[in-house]
Amino acid sequence: MNVILYLLGASLILGGGGLAIFLWSLRSGQYDDLEGAANRILFDDNER
Amino acid sequence: MGGGDELSSPLSPAETTCIHCNLPSTSGRRFCCPGCAAAYETIETLGLGRYYAQRILDPTIRALRPEPPERRDLSRFIVTRADGSHELTLAVDGLQCGACVWLIESVLAREPDLLQGRVNMTTRRLRLHWRGATERAASLAEAVERFGYRLVPFDPASLAAARDSTDRALIRALAVAGFAAANVMLLSIGIWAGEAGGLLHDMGPATRDLLHWFSALIAMPAIAYAGRPFFVSAAAALRQMRTNMDVPISLGVILVTGMSLVQTMQGGVHTYFDSAITLLFFLLIGRVLDHRARSQARATAEQLLTLRAVDVAVLQSDGSIERRGQHAVASGDRVLVGLGEQIGVDGVVERGTSMLDASLVTGESLPVAAAAGTQVFAGTVNLGETLIVRATATGSGTLLAECARLIEAAEARHSRFVRLADRVARRYAPAVHLTALLTFVWWYFAAGVPAVQALLTASAVLIITCPCALALAVPVVQVIATGGLFRAGVLLKSPTALERLADVDTVVFDKTGTLTAPAMALVAGQSFDPDALRVAASLAAGSRHPLARSLLAASGPVAVADDVVERPGQGIQAGDVRLGSRAFASALDGDTAGPELWLSRPGCEPVCFRFAETLRADVATTLNRLRRLGLDVHLLSGDHAAAVAPVAAALDIASWQSGRTPVQKVAAVEALLASGRKVLMVGDGLNDGPSLAAASVSASPASAADISQTVADVVFQGNLLAPVAAVIETARRARNVMRQNLALSVGYNVLMVPLAVAGFVTPWLAAVAMSSSSLLVLANSFRLRGRPA
Repeated sequence: MNVILYLLGASLILGGGGLAIFLWSLRSGQYDDLEGAANRILFDDNER
Repeated sequence: MGGGDELSSPLSPAETTCIHCNLPSTSGRRFCCPGCAAAYETIETLGLGRYYAQRILDPTIRALRPEPPERRDLSRFIVTRADGSHELTLAVDGLQCGACVWLIESVLAREPDLLQGRVNMTTRRLRLHWRGATERAASLAEAVERFGYRLVPFDPASLAAARDSTDRALIRALAVAGFAAANVMLLSIGIWAGEAGGLLHDMGPATRDLLHWFSALIAMPAIAYAGRPFFVSAAAALRQMRTNMDVPISLGVILVTGMSLVQTMQGGVHTYFDSAITLLFFLLIGRVLDHRARSQARATAEQLLTLRAVDVAVLQSDGSIERRGQHAVASGDRVLVGLGEQIGVDGVVERGTSMLDASLVTGESLPVAAAAGTQVFAGTVNLGETLIVRATATGSGTLLAECARLIEAAEARHSRFVRLADRVARRYAPAVHLTALLTFVWWYFAAGVPAVQALLTASAVLIITCPCALALAVPVVQVIATGGLFRAGVLLKSPTALERLADVDTVVFDKTGTLTAPAMALVAGQSFDPDALRVAASLAAGSRHPLARSLLAASGPVAVADDVVERPGQGIQAGDVRLGSRAFASALDGDTAGPELWLSRPGCEPVCFRFAETLRADVATTLNRLRRLGLDVHLLSGDHAAAVAPVAAALDIASWQSGRTPVQKVAAVEALLASGRKVLMVGDGLNDGPSLAAASVSASPASAADISQTVADVVFQGNLLAPVAAVIETARRARNVMRQNLALSVGYNVLMVPLAVAGFVTPWLAAVAMSSSSLLVLANSFRLRGRPA
């Protein structure tokens, strides 16, 4: 049953990675303007 | 700039609308005014013409007709960073849709020294970040304003105060709790499936212990982190010898986690890590939504105040005029106030005679005369000739200072309102903890099971009774109600406003600006030919003055006349046609009877437009709606009896008082409170501020004086009074749903507690029961949606 240890480890690493990415995206302000983000995607040639 | 042929290209002669702002234009013309023509040409020249094809105009938002540029001082709003670059945040008025964001950002992207120019569409703010001189701010703002948007700077100090770290902290906690809950639940399902009597019942004790240890490893730090908002609040309440909803939550979570850890160490069968962390996850969802809904309402209220900030024309010693922000005027400065302009400072009239509309300050609807030596207050509107006002410091003797002091006193007297959920928690928590204790005592002493076994049963009781559904019962309803009201233009600023509104049995109205419309309206029944009104409105369309705005409101949208020139303090001129004060636009002598505008055209008699305050269009229906809800309506006005009596009679208000000072208004409200009534005060003036603070709950229209709007729990936008009735109806419906929710969750506990006491509850049953009761409460709350707000 040692395989369970690997699986537990893998799931924790994957889940923790997802959590870290979410916290990063929160910190970089990606949730500050949800309405704007939904509209911005319609205008693809923003110059910056 | 707009070429002549652009302006006169023939189009269908019928109903023509301006290509840029979509307001009516003179038939046959593509644009309503040179400003729009110039904006259109600029956009086409920059190659951004796609904007017109892609935008979706929102009729509720101010049209994009460019206005004469305001010269103002932006420097005090600019923040300079350590690397020498500058930052400025501005409120954007006129933002219609995503295309506007694209247009503004694309135009700003062409400014080489701009590091970032980004519009936040949710908060409707533009953030500029550039390198170079601070003076660039004006030209950057101008680049956006020429399209018809209006930009108003935010005070960096208030921005920093508003930048809310709580929101992010809550979301971080939610993310951690979500991550941990999902993983622990995954392990728990394995344990439940493998235990004896489970689906597979082939798990050995060693594997089970391993999974328990992993659960503990994930859950303990996550609970320590994600539980902080609850632990901190509970500790604060306990320190003040009170309890709130967070006390039973914290106790339950901590006890259950500790118990499960002991079980894990002893190789026990049952642990409840999954329940504890899932509970926190659910509760945090409620917290985050609640917090978001409220901060959105507060940010919007702040935006409203910012957009209204007025500029002051300060007369320099060399006779030139400098426009400054209200706060940048020093005591002793001389300020020029023209016709229709709001006086931006407290001061004393130095030169000129005029009539003043002090309705926003004292509640008096009739204009008062002003001459040299008259004391005036910020918020007063000059209805006549230009005045020169010498600014005085806001000393302790002024009305503003007195009102501020009264507000402070009233707020200090205000008894603390206890939220429904906390009232329930006060009785609920001791009952629950006592039950858990008795369960332990019974099993340990009476039934004689080992202490660990007895503790386990007791903690199952705690888990089952942990008020998950109870703690969701109120916030979810609040989020839904606050969101619905927000979309209807009503901003709930206070977290307890909804519950306090539901209890209200008496509504006290101010008259001026509350029952009456905030803006003056053209007096009905004046005889002038419709053409005169149309011509006057075409001049007025180019002006910002309140009377010009009222004239425009009376005529409906019109095209702006050609070559309009505004003469500060006098009026508006287009060629030989003049619109403005009596002296400016007519050769007639005589006294100004009240607010009026004169129109003179070559070869025609001068025409006089008189203005007066009028009731809001829906006052009668709204008051009847309030009466049908069983509410008493009172009228408390600072105005003269002669002005109040007819209004009270027309609206059938039996209980009215006139000529009240701020102190008397507070006394009247407190007398009502003392007789056991719950009072909603609705008012807008500076003089209403103290009584707003004294009432059980308070509301202000968005046109209210700054200080009153800040004090009020509810701010409603628009020209109608209906939101006052709507907000009470919503609050009562919300209270009903809250009570149902509480009954549902308490009822569920009553059913489940005997099972837990008897020791039948296993971890998986606890998890299922807890989730299903939460979902039931959520589903019930959503019934509040879909009904008219």
